[in-house]
Amino acid sequence: MSGTELGLAASVFLACAVEAVEALTIVLAVGTTRSWSSALAGAGGAAALLAVLVAALGPALTSLPIDVLRVGVGGLLLVFGLQWLRKAILRAAGLKARHDETAAYERESQAARSAARAPGFDPYAFTVAFKGVLLEGLEVAFIVLTFGANQHHIALAALAAALAITLVVLAGLALRAPLARVPENTMKFAVGVMLTSFGTFWGAEGAGASWPGNDAALLVIVPALIAIASGFVVLTRRGSRVAAATAAPAAVSGS
Amino acid sequence: MSALRSVLRGVFEFVVGDDWRIALGIVIALAVTALVATSALAAWWVLPLAVLALLGDSLRRAARSARR
Repeated sequence: MSGTELGLAASVFLACAVEAVEALTIVLAVGTTRSWSSALAGAGGAAALLAVLVAALGPALTSLPIDVLRVGVGGLLLVFGLQWLRKAILRAAGLKARHDETAAYERESQAARSAARAPGFDPYAFTVAFKGVLLEGLEVAFIVLTFGANQHHIALAALAAALAITLVVLAGLALRAPLARVPENTMKFAVGVMLTSFGTFWGAEGAGASWPGNDAALLVIVPALIAIASGFVVLTRRGSRVAAATAAPAAVSGS
Repeated sequence: MSALRSVLRGVFEFVVGDDWRIALGIVIALAVTALVATSALAAWWVLPLAVLALLGDSLRRAARSARR
């Protein structure tokens, strides 16, 4: 397996694991409080729809000319990657609340308990589980498609995604609780770095640029982006501390 | 019509995310890369520079609005 393929598989695995943890919390909440059969049917239906989406769009994407594919894929990966990275940096700097799976589980369970209940098939549990898995999985499906199509390795990307989902589901079954101790923000930071790095590399190549050292340029882009993003965490955290320190005396003198 | 509008809005929000300036900046940066690549100059540096500027600017604005 080449370095690029390894990067592809690792990025898809991490992205899929993070979204699977969030989807698992929703399915667990409605399954436990409402109906396991309806919740699992909803989750299974959404997973099947996502698989159909990847299977249908994958061959269409791989038939596009390579430069068109690289510009499109690079652009999409850059937009997704920078959004993931931005959120992860803001969370690491303390300016955005971290995703708390235990709190999310409590919120979903509370809402599920207060919703109307009917005997037999539970449309509420089905719909919430379906929407949860579909929405959390849609971005991952696009990551699988874009990464996989560009490298002509949709099967490898799909395998990495399936492995991540299997591991998260097995961990959820073993614990019978939301996976609150998974370092979600660190994983999101890593996914943001990988998506942005590959997006930068492929986007520039697709637009006609040539990288010094060809594929080896990725070995510089990834560590450089990790350093830059870590620097942004420090700067953003320091900026918010300075703002809080200057606001506190002003509040005291103003009171 | 409203269903079509909500689907289009959903697609826009899904692709563009929290900060539309990032998406716009990436489109412009790709166009500039293509333009520079047609000249005799190297064009690989445009996107890394754009990534640095867009991320820094987006974080600066997000941090400022979070402190308000």
